[in-house]
Amino acid sequence: MAFSAPAEGDGVNTSPVVADEVKTTTCYMCACRCGIKVHLQDGKVRYIQGNRDHPVNKGVLCGKGSAGIMQHYSPARLRKPLKRVGERGSSEFVEIEWDEALEIATKWLSDIRKTDPKKLAFFTGRDQSQSLTGWWANQFGTPNYAAHGGFCSVNMATAGIYTIGGSFWEFGEPDWAHTKYFMMFGVAEDHDSNPIKIGLGKLKARGAKFVSVNPAQTGYSAIADEWIGLRPGTDGLFVLAIVHELLKAGQVDLDYAVKYTNAPWLVYQAPNHANDGLIARDEHNNPLCWDKITNSVTSALRADVTPALTGSFDVNGLKAVPAFQLMAERYSDASYAPEAVAERCGIPASTIKRIAAELAHVAFQETIELPIAWTDWAGRKHDKMIGRPVAMHAMRGISAHSNGFHTCRAIHLLQMLLGTIDVPGGFRYKPPFPRPTPPGPKPAGKNGIKPNEPLGGIPLGFVTGPEDLLLDADNNALRIDKAYTWEHPIASHGLMHMVIANAVKGDPYTIDTLFLYMANMAWNSSMNTRATIDMLTAKHDNGDYKIPHIIYADAYFSETVAYADLVLPDTTYLERWDCISLMDRPISDAEAASDAIRQPVVQPDRDVRPFQTVLLDLGARLMLPGMVNRILKPRYPGGYADYIVNHERATGVGPLAGWRGADGTQHGRGAPNPNQLEAYIANGCFWRGEIPHEAHYYKMANATYLKWAQGMGFLPKAEQIVMQIYCEPLQKFRNAARGHGAIQPPDKDRARIETYFDPLPIWYAPFDEAAVDTTEYPLHALTQRPMHHYHSWGSQNAWLRQITAQNKLFMHREAAAKQNIADDDWVWITSRAGRVKAQVKLVDGVNKNTVWTWNAIGKRKGAWALDPNSPEATRGFLLNHVISETLPDKRSNSDPITGQAAWFDVRVKVERAADHEQNGTDNNFGELHPPPGVHVGPAVLQYGSDFKQAAE
Amino acid sequence: MTSLPDKTDKKLGLVIDLDTCVGCQACVTNCKEWNTGGHMAPLTDLNAYAAEADGVWFNRVHTYEVTGSSACGASTSRTMHFPRSCLHCEKPDCVTVCPTGASYKRTSDGIVLVNEDLCIGCKLCSWACPYGAREFDVFEGVMKKCTLCVDRIYNENLPEEDRVPACVATCPTGARHFGDLGDPNSAVSKLVAERGGVDLMPEMGYAPTNKYLPPRPRKDTATSVPAKELTPVAATGFLGWVDKLLSR
Repeated sequence: MAFSAPAEGDGVNTSPVVADEVKTTTCYMCACRCGIKVHLQDGKVRYIQGNRDHPVNKGVLCGKGSAGIMQHYSPARLRKPLKRVGERGSSEFVEIEWDEALEIATKWLSDIRKTDPKKLAFFTGRDQSQSLTGWWANQFGTPNYAAHGGFCSVNMATAGIYTIGGSFWEFGEPDWAHTKYFMMFGVAEDHDSNPIKIGLGKLKARGAKFVSVNPAQTGYSAIADEWIGLRPGTDGLFVLAIVHELLKAGQVDLDYAVKYTNAPWLVYQAPNHANDGLIARDEHNNPLCWDKITNSVTSALRADVTPALTGSFDVNGLKAVPAFQLMAERYSDASYAPEAVAERCGIPASTIKRIAAELAHVAFQETIELPIAWTDWAGRKHDKMIGRPVAMHAMRGISAHSNGFHTCRAIHLLQMLLGTIDVPGGFRYKPPFPRPTPPGPKPAGKNGIKPNEPLGGIPLGFVTGPEDLLLDADNNALRIDKAYTWEHPIASHGLMHMVIANAVKGDPYTIDTLFLYMANMAWNSSMNTRATIDMLTAKHDNGDYKIPHIIYADAYFSETVAYADLVLPDTTYLERWDCISLMDRPISDAEAASDAIRQPVVQPDRDVRPFQTVLLDLGARLMLPGMVNRILKPRYPGGYADYIVNHERATGVGPLAGWRGADGTQHGRGAPNPNQLEAYIANGCFWRGEIPHEAHYYKMANATYLKWAQGMGFLPKAEQIVMQIYCEPLQKFRNAARGHGAIQPPDKDRARIETYFDPLPIWYAPFDEAAVDTTEYPLHALTQRPMHHYHSWGSQNAWLRQITAQNKLFMHREAAAKQNIADDDWVWITSRAGRVKAQVKLVDGVNKNTVWTWNAIGKRKGAWALDPNSPEATRGFLLNHVISETLPDKRSNSDPITGQAAWFDVRVKVERAADHEQNGTDNNFGELHPPPGVHVGPAVLQYGSDFKQAAE
Repeated sequence: MTSLPDKTDKKLGLVIDLDTCVGCQACVTNCKEWNTGGHMAPLTDLNAYAAEADGVWFNRVHTYEVTGSSACGASTSRTMHFPRSCLHCEKPDCVTVCPTGASYKRTSDGIVLVNEDLCIGCKLCSWACPYGAREFDVFEGVMKKCTLCVDRIYNENLPEEDRVPACVATCPTGARHFGDLGDPNSAVSKLVAERGGVDLMPEMGYAPTNKYLPPRPRKDTATSVPAKELTPVAATGFLGWVDKLLSR
């Protein structure tokens, strides 16, 4: 109940009009995609608030979202298309009209398309339209497409999808309402932002225990009941030691393992045989198990079996044992005991044992039951839902290591053994997940990359064996980033961090045009920034650039703009249509499928166009099949909004799931609805399709859920999804490395595949760390993302940069004392790859062997319409400068399975800078000059004074 | 000098939960965006795109470490996030030192406000405030401060559920609460009683209206979860405990 205004008599207007109009849309200040209500007054943005009805943020809005006004009115906004006239990096541009810009791009791209489409490398950054951009690449015919997942979280997505058919963050969430014990691993303060914060608030109010495993005691870790500040990259060892403890004590949910995982599936144990380590299958390709009632081998997918979890059986003349036994034998080994890993992890064995005991206690002694009757996949009725109230969440701290895929699998293994996946109190899938492990389709490009033809599928997909790799007859990579090769066979999101280096080296080949969208590759999105800049400007002897054409689309004057030949200026997030599609990165929650739109709430005051509309226009000019109609006119003349409504990927399946069908009454599938966007706007710019109540948990085996998901088009068949303790696709690669099969790795990759393609989770020292002398480089170095900044966008924001304009290097007091480093000293951070100067902030809340800093605060002088003397350039720094994109053995600095960029593997030494160097960072990259139309913002900013004058 | 009301009809204020504040700055920037167009608009920013950027903010969050030792003597450190804004004190010197009557405390609801038309920018009030809650707008030459969103909490142009301060509405962890701390039966008063809410620097005698809820005891000891130590399972042979009849 609100208070009524008192008669104070002081003349204060307690009921001013604050908006002529309030429009809903979707935030883009980070990847969380919250619903917002934008208050407009006299055509200007008065206030942005969280939309209370929205399923993602439920009315709240974070520090970034609340500063959206300053993003929208940033002086760094580009104003008009630009054509480079000076050298790359000089910012010598002329403004050109859109027609000319699109003609230039069309000329370059059509030349490529009619000769060799793979000469276009189209990579997007924090792109929220990947179902469009990936489809565009397909229509163009290039396999060289990916977004930023390869350097962000592909380890999490891939390990999750191949193991449990879902993953942390976008494909799942903790059961905030019921969990009693919440473990968070390596969460760098977002991913996702508001849902985690809302959840933690609830969880702490209920008295649940919150354990945070992270080398730095920042944000979320700060409010954890227990902070486990382990050594970076050792999470997998820590988790597998917990598994060891649980196995030793028999604290495993065997019933769950039998019903929902592949624990009973029989695995051939036949050294030197082509089938060694593969799942034993019948003639219908069904996995087999040993039925203890009939004492026979039978399909493991039958409902009426009582499968053995241990034992050794003869199948087709070969020995086969249940996957469970292989798993249990491995982790029962003393090498996984807490005592054996404690020192390496930097946490006492007693702590590991206590955490294991607590997990077992909560899972098995504090079991909860919800009175929800449900029917399983086999038609059996259950009168309640059993919950093991232990929930887990993990992100970047696991992902950004070269052992991240296996570490993420280890966490999922722990969840499965505790029986905590999609049960009350556990981790819950968000539709369209769970999906098969892995789902289709395969990555496209295998069947030839032909001039003037589409690729035949989306470039990114899920491989299940060597036959799916994108290699030519000579084992050369088909993709510029070498995704889906023997070096990174399951690179589900591509390797954006390798594109520029590979293209300049001509390994595997050279390209003609690098087309980037929202990816600041000349600064914070590249490892080894200095070398990347050199590569962007590298020339042949004849004076031609090694990357002949660079097209860049962005809304702002980022560092990368200076290196483009053609700049296509994008709108801000408040000026555009967008769709947050279930075909892309979903925003569902565990109890509903959701998607959303952005609508333009203000009109651009500059000559800029939304990138997606430009892409469709370009596609039509290039006559890409999906983008022109039968008479070769633009298929989507209304731009992206037209596409959002009318594009169908399959009959009845389009970018948005809500209000489909000619009359708008269908959800999920249905014909295009010409009034679909109006229906979204009327509903606050989002759609939320609730899952039936009896399908809220056990989705992987819940008949109601599986049928609902099939009906929505999420699943091809309403069949149980069996979680994979044992990951067979990995073994298929391993067997190839052992010489089996027609498709063979080059000899240089055999040992690597043999070692890392273990079908059960393993731990190994991160590569970059293992490659250096750790006595010379004694410290791990990490970045964390501040909750109030989102990559490079924060620094142009007049409000956010007042909160953090300089990132310091956080260092443990004891480590600093050994080196006579005092608070606020300037130090050199040196790795095998380079060095950078930073100012130190001494703390206690960090692992003693670790230093860390905030990500992407440091800026190049002159960029982002900041004064060149801004602290971002004179005092802030990028850790990227000391991270190499290659390892000493010349391989990429990536996870060997997924190709995930291993940002957090770097080892450094930290030394006090000389007295004469105690004066700021070494930002000697030279000053970038703003392109035409961009000027440093005003010295005095009085945003809002107009509103007050209007009110008076 | 300006006098204070003997008593106020209500004591509107904030309750801030230090147990769940993650330092995300949502309250800081949401306050800024509301108030830069609100009752004390604008919240001027100097050097907004250059070195030494310095703006007017009614709410700031400070992050620092607290070191101490645990029950068993081990050294512990804790990262604290501390949101700081005007506490709308019952006996604020920032009002009584004001030579013009610009700084005043409302009789109806206890909100401390500045009447900009009367403010001469002498800064006596900011010297008097021990909490550093006053914000001088150098460009305009007047003192500004948290209004407890006086232009939101009664605003009939907003939906009723939005009539709370912006910082409260936006807080993602639900760490901020708004209500009448003069009413012992209000939700905020009950919360303060239940959680042992405290005054900030009570020894100064300003009787702040806003309260802070201290961090809950941390469940980080061997007894905080009543789990028994795990012991090897008694079974015949390796993995003997697995040998059960479990049907799919």
